[in-house]
This record gives sequence, structure tokens and C-alpha cells, in this order.
Amino acid sequence: MDLIVEGLRKAFLLIFSLDAGLMGIVLLSLRVSLTALLIGTALGVPTGALICLKEKFPLRHLALNILNTAMGLPPVVVGLFLYLLLSRRGPLGALGLLYTASAMIIAQSILAFPIVASLSYAAISAVPPLIRQAAMTLGAAPFQTTMAIVREARYAILAAVMAAFGRLSAEVGAVLIVGGNIAGRTRVITSAIVLETDKGDFSEAIALGVVLLSISLCVNIALYFFSRRGRATGYLWA
Amino acid sequence: MGLTLSVSELKKSYGGTVVLDGCSYRFEGGGVYAIMGPNGSGKSTFLRLCALIEKPDSGKADFIEEGVVIEHGLALMRRITLLLPSVGVFNTTVYENIAYGLKLRKVNKAEIEHRVLNAAEMVGLKDKLRRRAVTLSSGETQRMGLARALVISPSVLFLDEPTAAVDAKNSKAIEEIIQNIRHTLKATIILSTHDAGLAERAADTILTLRDGRATAL
Repeated sequence: MDLIVEGLRKAFLLIFSLDAGLMGIVLLSLRVSLTALLIGTALGVPTGALICLKEKFPLRHLALNILNTAMGLPPVVVGLFLYLLLSRRGPLGALGLLYTASAMIIAQSILAFPIVASLSYAAISAVPPLIRQAAMTLGAAPFQTTMAIVREARYAILAAVMAAFGRLSAEVGAVLIVGGNIAGRTRVITSAIVLETDKGDFSEAIALGVVLLSISLCVNIALYFFSRRGRATGYLWA
Repeated sequence: MGLTLSVSELKKSYGGTVVLDGCSYRFEGGGVYAIMGPNGSGKSTFLRLCALIEKPDSGKADFIEEGVVIEHGLALMRRITLLLPSVGVFNTTVYENIAYGLKLRKVNKAEIEHRVLNAAEMVGLKDKLRRRAVTLSSGETQRMGLARALVISPSVLFLDEPTAAVDAKNSKAIEEIIQNIRHTLKATIILSTHDAGLAERAADTILTLRDGRATAL
């Protein structure tokens, strides 16, 4: 119990003193996870829309099963495969990406993509067919019709993005393997917690844990606020 | 001015059930037509095929302007519109719903505002423009659908059972709007209805659909 109390005390000291080491780790974590989330969303939403809305999409059920399975991909497995691809003797070794933030972003993008794609598919398929017909009868081109349908699913898609962010911010296996947990370069909150726990510096680990939880809470509150406001007014951002 | 619509030998089946069986008719530009027929006679299918949102098994619907057949495509799609019995409501404000078709056509903001206000006034929704459209009553929703169709000034306006899902008061209001737009819009108007009174009052010509074919009364 003393360890936890001491850990919490140190956590608040570190946070409120804006400790440079801690800030570096936090900022890198945010950069990696938010960039990966952006990539996963940019690829995942169109993929979900394509599978749902394209008539005669080849092997639709197989594609959905693959996406649903990939939602539960173990991060260490993703990390391992990416490590083999990016290691010096791997097919992409020449790129020199192993143990860089870029490798961590790629790993987390792979984890985010199926979550966003699969949940976007579910969100878009729940939009009533009347919306498609309404857009078509008012003169929407096929792409504009798709955009009208995706727009109707925007709150559920936002929830999909929130779910993906939750997964990325808590992920440690993949970033540890492809990032290497190098201080100042690839050390993020989760990998730092693992290191500090191994070292027995529980207070530092708890401090990082508090920061991680705070970030998740802030992001979720912000997204919830936008979502609630959107449902009430019909506008997501305005 | 409304386009002439020439429908020839339209056929459509769903899962082996023949709905339209070689339906042909010529709707002259600027005319108002009512299509009647029992449930399941294919009125809605006929309108969806004519409005080009569904493809027939065979046959064709040609839109003609000054004797020239207009090629099917987005440009033609933007000159015709269909109001369905259940209006698909975008989850935004009434204003944004009515403005949707104008935004697709890249009309400038001031012109959009002017036309939306006019259309909303015509259907009696001017004081509800800032409301979320999904909170409207069924009669108001139908009137919003009508405004959404009117605001784009279509050359051909298809109305599928425009008064079917509303109460008597809204039904009368919608009938008055239809009477009003036949003078202001000068479009070809083709409506399907079960209401013989509405058909007689609103239309120049009444057709019946029976056994998958159209006949003028």
C-alpha cells in the first residue's frame, strides 16, 4: 500500500513539475498512437464503406471474417512479423526502420486498421436504405451518395475510432518489439512502465500509469462531448 | 419547362414475380399525371424506374426536350427527382436537409439561403429551419421532403404516394402545395396515389396500372 501511495505522490510531482523525461515519453506516445490512429482511420473507414456499399463486393463475407479476426490480433504477433520484415536480414531491412518511431507507427496502424474498418462497416450497414435513395433522388453522384451514407454513420464511426485509440494507447507488445524501448527515441509510456516495473521503480511506473489513464480519460471525454453535441444538434464540429 | 417522358415496354420482375409487364406511355412536358392502381400493381416500381434510381429488366424511359432525347447520366438525374412515401431524413437540421440538393449542384451560399427560405415558406416550415429534421412529425417530414424536391427546381417531379403517411390536415396542405407548384414550377409532375379525389383535383390525366400495364382513363 505504501508503494502505491508513494507512487501516486511521485506521479503528481512528476506531472505538475512537467518533468522533461516524462514529457518526452508522453509526447512520443501521443505522436505514435495518434499518427497510427489517423492512418488506421484514413484506411479503415473507406475500407468499411467499400465492403458495405459496393454492390457485388467480391468475397464480402471472407473479408469481414478476416477483419473481425484481425480485431483481436495479438500485438506481440504483429510486432514479431514486423520485426522479421524490418530486421536487417528481412525483405524491408534496407529501409532502416527497425527501432524507430516510424516502425512503432506502422505496427500500431496495423492494429488500428481492422478495428476501425470492421466497426465502420457495422456503423455504415446500420444506416437506413432510405438515406441512399434520398441522396440519389436529389441528384447525388455515386461518391456523393457514399459520403451521405458515411455522414449518417458519423457518430458510430467516432465510437469506432475511440475504441481503436483505447487499444493503441494501452498497447505494449508491438511497440516494445519493433521500437526497442530506446530512451529518448522509442520509449513510450507503456514500454517505460514495463521497464520501470522490471527495475523495481514502482513509483515511476505508477506515475506513468496515471498519465496514461489521464490521457485516455481526456481523449474519451473530448470525443464523448463531440458525439453528444453532435447527436443533440445534428452537427459534429460546428 | 418540364421534360416529356416516353416510357416504352418497361418490364420488371422481383424473384420471378412480374411487376411491370411491358408498360408504355408518353407523359407530355408540363403535364400533371396521376397513376392509380391497387396495392402491388407496380406504381412505386414504375416511378422508381422512371426516376432512374432502379434499372428495368428491359424497356426504356426516355426524357425528351425539344424533340431531342436526353442521354441518361448525372446531368439528367439532376433535372428529375422522386419524393418517396417514406422520406429519408438526413440527421441534421431542416435547413441542411432542404439545402442538400443545392449543395450537390454547387449553388452559391446566398442563392441557397434564398431558395431554401422560399421552399420552406411554401411548405410551411419556415419557422422550423433550425430544428433537427429527425424531430419533425410525419406530416412535417413529408412537407420537408417536398421542399427538398422543390428547391432544386426539377424538370420532372415524381411523387410516390405523397399523402399516404400523413393525417388529413397535412394531406390537405400537401395537396395545396402540389396545386401551387404546378403553376410555379412548370415541371412535368407524375404522382401515384390511392386517393381518387386527389388524383381528380391535382392531375390533368389519370392512368391506371393493372396487370403490369398502364392505361389512361
